[in-house]
Amino acid sequence: MSDQEQLAAAGPAEEITLAARRKRGKFATAMYELGKAPITAKFGLLMIVIYLILAVFAPLIAPYGESEVVGRQYEPWGDFMLGTDQIGRDMLSRLIYGARNSVSIAFITTVIAFLLGSVVGLISACVGGWMDLGLGRFVDTLMAIPSLIFTLVLLTIFGTDLITLILVIAIFDATRVYRLCRAVAVNIVVMDFVEAARLQGEKLPWIMAREVLPNILPPLAAEFGMRFCFVFLTIAALSFLGLGIQPPTADWGSMVRENATLINYGDITPLLPAAAIALLTVSVNFVVDWFLHKTSGLRDV
Amino acid sequence: MHPIFKTSLQRLALGIATLWVVSVLVFGMFEMLPGNFAQAVLGQSATPEIVASFEKRAGLDQPFLTRYGTWLVGAVQGDFGVSYNSLMNTGGQPRTVSSIIGTRLENTLFLAVAVAIVAVPLALGIGLLAALYRNSIFDRVANAATLTSISFPEFFVGYILMLFLAVQHPWFYATAKVDSLTTFSEHIARIGLPVICLVLVIVAHMMRMTRAAIINLLASPFIEMARLKGVPPSRVIWHHALPNAWAPIATVVALNLAYLVVGVVVVEVVFNYPGIGQLMVDAVQSRDIPVVQACAIIFAAVYILLNLSADIVGIVTNPRLLHPR
Amino acid sequence: MRGIEIEGQSEDTWFPIIKGMDLTLHRGEVLGLIGESGAGKSTMGLAAMGFARDGCRITAGSIKFDGMDLRTMPESERRKLRGVRIAYVAQSAAASFNPAHRLIDQCVETAMLYGVSSVAEARKNTIDLFRRLHLPDPENIGERYPHQVSGGQLQRVMTAMAMVCGPDLIVFDEPTTALDVTTQIEVLASIKEVVKELHKAAIYITHDLAVVAQMADRIMVLRYGEVVEEAPTRRMLTDPQQPYTKSLWAVRTLHKDEDTSGDKLLSIRNVVAAYGGGVRVLHDVSVDVPRGRTVAVVGESGSGKSTLARVITGLLPPVSGSVEFDGKPLPPALAQRPKSLLRKVQMIYQMPDPALNPKRRIGDMLGRAVTYHLGLTGKDRARRVSELLDMIELDDSYRERLPMELSGGQKQRVCIARALAVEPDLVICDEVTSALDQIVAEEILKLLLRIQKELGVTYLYITHDIATVKAIADEIVVMHQGKVVESGSKTEILTPPHADYTELLLSSVPEMDPDWLDNVLAERAKGGAGAAIAQDR
Repeated sequence: MSDQEQLAAAGPAEEITLAARRKRGKFATAMYELGKAPITAKFGLLMIVIYLILAVFAPLIAPYGESEVVGRQYEPWGDFMLGTDQIGRDMLSRLIYGARNSVSIAFITTVIAFLLGSVVGLISACVGGWMDLGLGRFVDTLMAIPSLIFTLVLLTIFGTDLITLILVIAIFDATRVYRLCRAVAVNIVVMDFVEAARLQGEKLPWIMAREVLPNILPPLAAEFGMRFCFVFLTIAALSFLGLGIQPPTADWGSMVRENATLINYGDITPLLPAAAIALLTVSVNFVVDWFLHKTSGLRDV
Repeated sequence: MHPIFKTSLQRLALGIATLWVVSVLVFGMFEMLPGNFAQAVLGQSATPEIVASFEKRAGLDQPFLTRYGTWLVGAVQGDFGVSYNSLMNTGGQPRTVSSIIGTRLENTLFLAVAVAIVAVPLALGIGLLAALYRNSIFDRVANAATLTSISFPEFFVGYILMLFLAVQHPWFYATAKVDSLTTFSEHIARIGLPVICLVLVIVAHMMRMTRAAIINLLASPFIEMARLKGVPPSRVIWHHALPNAWAPIATVVALNLAYLVVGVVVVEVVFNYPGIGQLMVDAVQSRDIPVVQACAIIFAAVYILLNLSADIVGIVTNPRLLHPR
Repeated sequence: MRGIEIEGQSEDTWFPIIKGMDLTLHRGEVLGLIGESGAGKSTMGLAAMGFARDGCRITAGSIKFDGMDLRTMPESERRKLRGVRIAYVAQSAAASFNPAHRLIDQCVETAMLYGVSSVAEARKNTIDLFRRLHLPDPENIGERYPHQVSGGQLQRVMTAMAMVCGPDLIVFDEPTTALDVTTQIEVLASIKEVVKELHKAAIYITHDLAVVAQMADRIMVLRYGEVVEEAPTRRMLTDPQQPYTKSLWAVRTLHKDEDTSGDKLLSIRNVVAAYGGGVRVLHDVSVDVPRGRTVAVVGESGSGKSTLARVITGLLPPVSGSVEFDGKPLPPALAQRPKSLLRKVQMIYQMPDPALNPKRRIGDMLGRAVTYHLGLTGKDRARRVSELLDMIELDDSYRERLPMELSGGQKQRVCIARALAVEPDLVICDEVTSALDQIVAEEILKLLLRIQKELGVTYLYITHDIATVKAIADEIVVMHQGKVVESGSKTEILTPPHADYTELLLSSVPEMDPDWLDNVLAERAKGGAGAAIAQDR
């Protein structure tokens, strides 16, 4: 059955839900959709909220300071709820501070990557021509190398301070955002309504902001979630390798590395920060998955 | 010339050109190093005499183009220069990068091939089944499981496996230490955990993409036509869908094996496996630039080669190119 | 088929597509299923094969084929009937052939699978059918791959494929909709000839009444998944009972009295245009458009009629030649034209959906144009938007709606309002009714005529449909392969003698008369001007 047939046959019913949707207002609609969301998406949203609370109120929640030495090396669970790390800092407190550091660094990186990638992608799609071709080839070349490898090369050159780390990862990730943003925007730019706007003499910035951007927001929002996961995992991997966020900052990736030897004694403490990373990325992915279902009808991707 | 050869040669040329651009980038970027190159590598404590002597031995007193030219000519023949680390230890023998990389590259390839042999058939099989029985319990479980799996950092999976399969139940080796004396069968036994870890990560990605590609293909009108012609389901899959599926499947496989290149770095560190990934991490930390360059070029070459193979599979199986008008 | 009910799935809910329908077909009879998009005709056609697409399910009723119930029999049994005793011809032949296999192999596949005949015999059979369907080089065409054969030929190959096993029933699902009229007539003639000669039963699904009139013995009109009316073809055409059925004829009864007076508003002189690669799509085209009148540009796909519109709007600057507007030369490129000039030429598109930004409200769209070009703000702007909505017969509440909350016809009305919002002199209408259902198309045409009478705007109307031309045009320009074949007043062009191509085009447009196809073919066989060109294809 074609979509048209579906729509036409759905006609009257669709009309009613639309009318109802208009009446309820945006917030109520969001709550209604949330109520219908699958259990995975609800779980994901709940987890994201908890992480945010931990990140914002870390100093209030954590029993000890971020890099405060409070006990002996590798104390077991008990006195300190989750024991201590390799130089006697409280594991629980560092986990909580880790939420603040790891998440915010990944978030900032993703935002930079997004601003860069989507603005350039949008311009590239709307302007077209040589500029589009040139940028396309440039990005293709950058993407011809695994970005982790290129990041390692750049970190060798510029050293492993935080600003370098954020910028390097943001630039490589921006190429992915650029690709997606351009691909989605190109599909909108060929639409007749963009041509109609041009024929009415609208200027390029107006066309980009009012005609194109609103139509590419849903896929971009989903992409933001996925890119955040990717950036978060990349930074975690680099920290784990000792090339990312540097001590004494509490960071989950580094914490795994610092306490890794405990695994050999059957102690699960080093798995906790790793699990914290995994739980957040799983949650974000669940929410993104649901969001994709809702906005694009892409049931199968 | 037959269009297939023509298109394939174009792709090959494009791949070589890309690799060359990458080499320029990788080599050129070290020119952007702020301040004095040798001083930065040797540290603030190095006296000007030591710096000068190091520069001479490393060939850094030459102009950029000369150095790049020498390096490129060597690299094409498998010679990536001399390790800076070995130059800094005065008295120690200078070691060539190729001698350091040699066995490590073999180890990494050994691991990657082992993973590919397990992962590719597994992922394609599960992906195909999930696509055929879409929205069944099997599909839903596979979807949730793979979504979870791709969200896990590799080191998390690695340490969980180590904890349960090596520490609590000593079924596997906890570390994958191998050397030149390790026999083939022992080598295989040693890399048990790294292989499982990488397979788990890769299969999840590959299965999801395979499923999407197959579903996309099954939605084509010619598949519906085949069903309306009374063609039985198995023949629809093997005779009608498969000949058109090579290109998307090759792309999926190449993309994921390329991803393996990245995953291998972390997993080698987790399991202490002497491969090229671990070497690169060490070299980055000690700023041993020739080694970093060589590793980067090797990773990039593998990556480009994989994508190139996928493109060529796509070209060779495209009926429009096979049977031109 | 008795009491068929079919449901489709959207999001997580099931809704009905076919609401209890009966259908009877006798051996050797051709039944035409006609209806607008969404009427459920394709779904019904597939149900006749016991097949429901993914996301659909047959929930009630029985499908009896030659005494067997297709609904209750196991899938493996149904499979043996499909292709062998019931065959299907799909709308898009290009997409429905497997690109990886030779045509002949695909044609004989069913015969081979179920052992209907030996492969050699099936091949012989297929080649014979190719010959009957007037395919060129019938012995060898089967050795080709789908992408090596043209669309009209592929459609005939698919018909042959359906007939190889000698089925009792063939379901044709809009087999000629994707083809140009001059190709369509060839395919229709071949199908009709073969179906009649081999005495097959067929269900012929289409939205085009004139086409179904040629093919069917009996016609069934569908709407919203229900049967509106059913009658033998001739009676249906001469004496339709239901008001809905009558409305399907409506657009064919519209007629505008021609008036070619008025000074030249637009004058296109010797325009040559090419796209990026240097391929010329317009050769030395000259067209004059009188003020306040409608000039229809008629041609098939690839004739360059849409390119002409792009040249006028400045989207594609011509290689040579000039465009004069209101006595002054028009700058060739869009970017060179001042805002005051842009306002004067507006465009309305074929598909209303891609022409409206789904994220902007109707009031905002119209208001923006009003503010940008006429400088109206606040209350003035609101009043102007109300006037525009009033003109297109929508009430003020539509201001707050998004395009998805409108029907197809309403969307096209909004497109018209957007074009008129800036008070243009010339409106280019690119096939504005061809994506709409007949009854809606008629309303849109009436609206355009009324607006022209009230505001005196000039239309350049691009179309391939002769009935629409009759309804709206004052003058006609016939285009073929980037050249103007003929131009003049409507009466001049539509009354003989015609230029060769015009003759072919006009004679290929199906008419409601059930004998039309036979007559035209007989006419062409005698050898007319058009026949020579038709033979070239």
